[in-house]
Order: sequence, then C-alpha cells, then structure tokens
Amino acid sequence: MNYNTKKNLTFNPSLTRNIGNKALTIISSLFAIISILPLVLVISYVLIKGGSYINLETLILEPEPPGDDLLSAGGIGPAITGTFIMTLIASIISIPVGVGGGIYLAEYSKSGKFAKFVRFGSNVLAGVPSIIAGVFIYALIVSTKILFGSMFSGIAGGISLSILMLPTIIKTTDEALKLVPDNLRRAAFGVGASKFTMISNITLPAAFSSISTGILLALARAAGETAPLIFTALFSRYYITSFDDIFYEMGSLSVLIYNFALEPYESQNQLAWAASFILVVVLLSLNILSRWINTHGIFSKNKV
Amino acid sequence: MKIVNNKMIDKISQKNKKSIKDSSISVSLDNVSIKYGNSVAVKNIFCDIKKNQVTSFIGPSGCGKSTVIRAINRMNDLIEGCELSGSVIFEGTDIYAKEIDPVEIRRRIGMVFQQPNPFPKSIYENIAFGARVNGFRGNMDQLVEESLTKAAIWDECKDKLNESGYSLSGGQQQRLCIARTIAIEPDVILMDEPCSALDPLSTLKIEETIHELKRNFTIIIVTHNMQQANRVSDFTAFFNTEKKGKDLGGKVGFLVEFNKTKNIFNSPKQKSTQDYISGKFG
Repeated sequence: MNYNTKKNLTFNPSLTRNIGNKALTIISSLFAIISILPLVLVISYVLIKGGSYINLETLILEPEPPGDDLLSAGGIGPAITGTFIMTLIASIISIPVGVGGGIYLAEYSKSGKFAKFVRFGSNVLAGVPSIIAGVFIYALIVSTKILFGSMFSGIAGGISLSILMLPTIIKTTDEALKLVPDNLRRAAFGVGASKFTMISNITLPAAFSSISTGILLALARAAGETAPLIFTALFSRYYITSFDDIFYEMGSLSVLIYNFALEPYESQNQLAWAASFILVVVLLSLNILSRWINTHGIFSKNKV
Repeated sequence: MKIVNNKMIDKISQKNKKSIKDSSISVSLDNVSIKYGNSVAVKNIFCDIKKNQVTSFIGPSGCGKSTVIRAINRMNDLIEGCELSGSVIFEGTDIYAKEIDPVEIRRRIGMVFQQPNPFPKSIYENIAFGARVNGFRGNMDQLVEESLTKAAIWDECKDKLNESGYSLSGGQQQRLCIARTIAIEPDVILMDEPCSALDPLSTLKIEETIHELKRNFTIIIVTHNMQQANRVSDFTAFFNTEKKGKDLGGKVGFLVEFNKTKNIFNSPKQKSTQDYISGKFG
C-alpha cells in the first residue's frame, strides 16, 4: 500500500488546496469587478451629469459662439446631424468595400499569398492610431483640395472614419463566412448553384447576423472618434441646408465635446455634457443592438 | 509483374472504349487515379455504371470510395491540391475536359451528402432554391410536392412547409436533401454514405426511397454497410487499400471487383472480396 490511510470523504475547508481555491476565486472576482468599474463609473457619470442638461432646445438649436451669451449656449443639433451624416458617408464607403474584401478572403482566396497579405494589412490598419488616419486624409484630400476645391469637409471626415471602419468590417465578414459550415457550400454546389449564387443566396444570408454585428461595432467606433475629424471635418456651428454643404466644414458630437469642454464658459460646458450623453446613449444602443442581432441570428434558433 | 499489370489495364481500357458507345452506360470511369497533393488516394479505377440501376461502392475506410464518387460530379474541384488523371465519361462526354463547366455537370449529376445539410431556409425554399437556380419555370408548388412525395417525406412535412429545414429530424433532413436533389431532375444521383448519420428506421425509409427512385434515376451510393449494399443495389464495386511502397502508413485505394451485387455477395472472384464480405476485415 502506497497510501497509508483511507481518507475521510467529507469536505475539509482547512486543506491547502481548498484554501488556495477559495483565495484564487476571491482574487479573480475582485479583479473582474475592478475591470468593469471604469465602464460603470464613466457611463453612469456621463448619463447622470449629461442627462440633466438634455432638453428639446439643446437637441435642436445651433450652438452659440462662446462668450456671446452667458446664459444660453444654444444646442447641439448640427453636431448630431453632422455625426450622423459623416458616419453615413463612412458606411457607404466602408461597408461595400469591407464586406466585398471579406468575401474575397473567405470564399475566393482562402490561403493564397495575396489573401494573407490582405489579412495582415487589415490587421495592421486596425492598429493604426485614429489620428494617423486623420492626418493621412488631411494630406490626401484636405490640403490638396482635390474634392472640387473644398478643404475641410464632411466628406473628408466621412472618408477618414471609413478608414477606421474598414478593418473591422473586413475581419468580421471574413470570420463570419469562415464559420458557415462547408456542408452548406457543398449542398449549394450539389444542386448546381454557381459560386456567385452560392455566396449571395446561402453563405452571405447565413453569415448575415455576424456581419451586421461587426458593421454596428465598427459604426460605434467611428461615431465616437474625434482625432480624425479635427483634421478633416473641423467644426461648424450651422445646420447643413443643402447637399453642397457636405463639401464644407461640418460639426460632430465628438469635436463639439472637444471644443466646448475646454471653454471657460459654464453654458458651453453643459452643451459638451449633453453631447457626451447623446454619444454614450448612441454607442450603448449600437452595442446592445449588435448583441441582440447576434443572439437572434439565423443559426441560433429555428428561424427561417 | 508490372508488365502484366499494364497489359491487363490496356485490355480493360480497350474494352472500356468500346462500351462508351453503349447507351445503357451512364457514367464510365476510365483508368481514373486521384491524387491529393503528392499522395495518391486511388489508382487505376475502371468502372461502367449502368443507367437506371443502383450501383454501390463498398470497402474499408480510407479506400477512396468517397473520393471516387466525388470525382463523378467534380466535387473534388473544391478540395485544394486534388488532381485527377484518366477520364470520367458521362454519356459520352469527358467531364474533365477543359471546355466543360462543372456547374452544368453538377446540375446533371446531383449529390446527397453524408451529413444531412439542408439550407438554413424553409422546407419549401430548400426545394425551390435548386430548381430556381436551374431556371425552373413550371409550377413551383407542384414541383415541391412531387419531389417531397418521391423522397417519401411529403406526409411528414406537408403541414410545415414554411418552417426551417432544421426543424426536421436527422432522417427527415436527409430525405429533404434527397428531395432537393430530385427536384432539379438530374440524370444521376450520387449518395455519399447517406445513412451513416441516421437511425435504422430512417435508414429503412431512405432505402425504400432509393428503390422508388431507381425507375427515373441512375443512383450511385457509397456505403459502409454491406447489408445495405446487398439490399439496395443492382451492382456493387468493392474497393480495397494496399500499402504504398515508399512511405509507411500511406495507403492507395483501388477497385478490386465490380459485378452484379448478387455475384459479389454470393460468388466473389477475389479472395479479399470474400474476406471483406464475410467480415474478416474492414
């Protein structure tokens, strides 16, 4: 007999392994709580502080120039529409390119050299600081006046945001399509579908929920970016009134926060808080929406 | 030894060339060898598959049955590094000729896979998709009903045509996949171990379906189950493996014997067939 005693089967909390177990559980849950703390604090602070400045006037009025009127600073209406328009422009550019690139990677060139290069490139692009994207578009579009002679413009802002969205969309499309079982591809080929039909009718719909999740997350990131917009769209206090206005400076929530939070005037600071509130609500709901789509996707339940 | 082998192959090859004109032959494999990258999976397959008959491929695992059946409708094109030499003749046409469109081949030679793989669409759409892809212009409702009836699953799903294909059981899903294949009215239906993921009752139903389908289609079925081959097929091809000379562990599949099923099971000519059928290996 190598083991001299038959041990008692009851749980003994004073054993080293049981103490260690408990200690580690406590420590790791403590860190888990700490890691979630900044998020909870930031969001609740912004929601409480910003929420108190939200009213109909703030939402629709144009902001007043700082120092003009000490009692009222107007509203953040143009910034909201500006953010919306610029993310829209960014989506119009990056969704087709990103989804198309992802389809190429996952369906057409699975392990070719070019595909590897594209994958590596989009990973690098994902790590590029957003201010670099801004400076790049500044050098490419703003300083050269290449877009019909306009300099700082909403469209330049949208393009710089699209650079930030692109890698996320390529990557999620690629991953989502790779998760579609090969069985389905064979099934489609088995009934005589061409590759195009197979992708457009079978694999893309099957990956739709994951792809849209990726797009929403990319949107959420783009909507909150400040640095690239400072170099490209600058800021404007006025609503856009015609299509041509996208070729001129455009306001956005994030740049409004950046500008007005540093002003010495209380009323401007309040506008910055209100803008933060709107931004946080939009980002939160985009994230929650993407979650919802992901869990209600095509394979999660017996949905048609 | 080698010379004798080659002579034999030449003889059979010539015999095969004559038989191409034979209109009772649907698919003819003529000296087919298939490589994955550098390793040969199967070599020197000669086989004439008759129209409106059920032909089964049996043999131990890894002998290349599935590889061969996938070669018949160019499914192997999807596997990187897969190469075929020799020729596969479908109704007088070499389907590996350069000018052949694999999509057209797959429309004429349908396939049912090992795992039931309905599309993530409704039962109705599962049938309609293939038909639409193939330019079907008739009455879709009628086609769906006919195909599901032929696949012996109409009664079980007529009330839930708009539900997802995934709401069916495994056996029903497989019959749905058969119905989907029937709907595009191919000439040949390839079945790659269609019952291996199913319970005995579903298997029985699918075998009945196969009997029904024989009237209109040529069927080639790969199976691990010798009793099944005996029950459903008119012709049986027995594949076996041999060790490759150079690298250890590498196996090459080859066709041992191809004959009427009753001959294979009652009076096999080769000893290895006899051994396999009586359960001595495999």
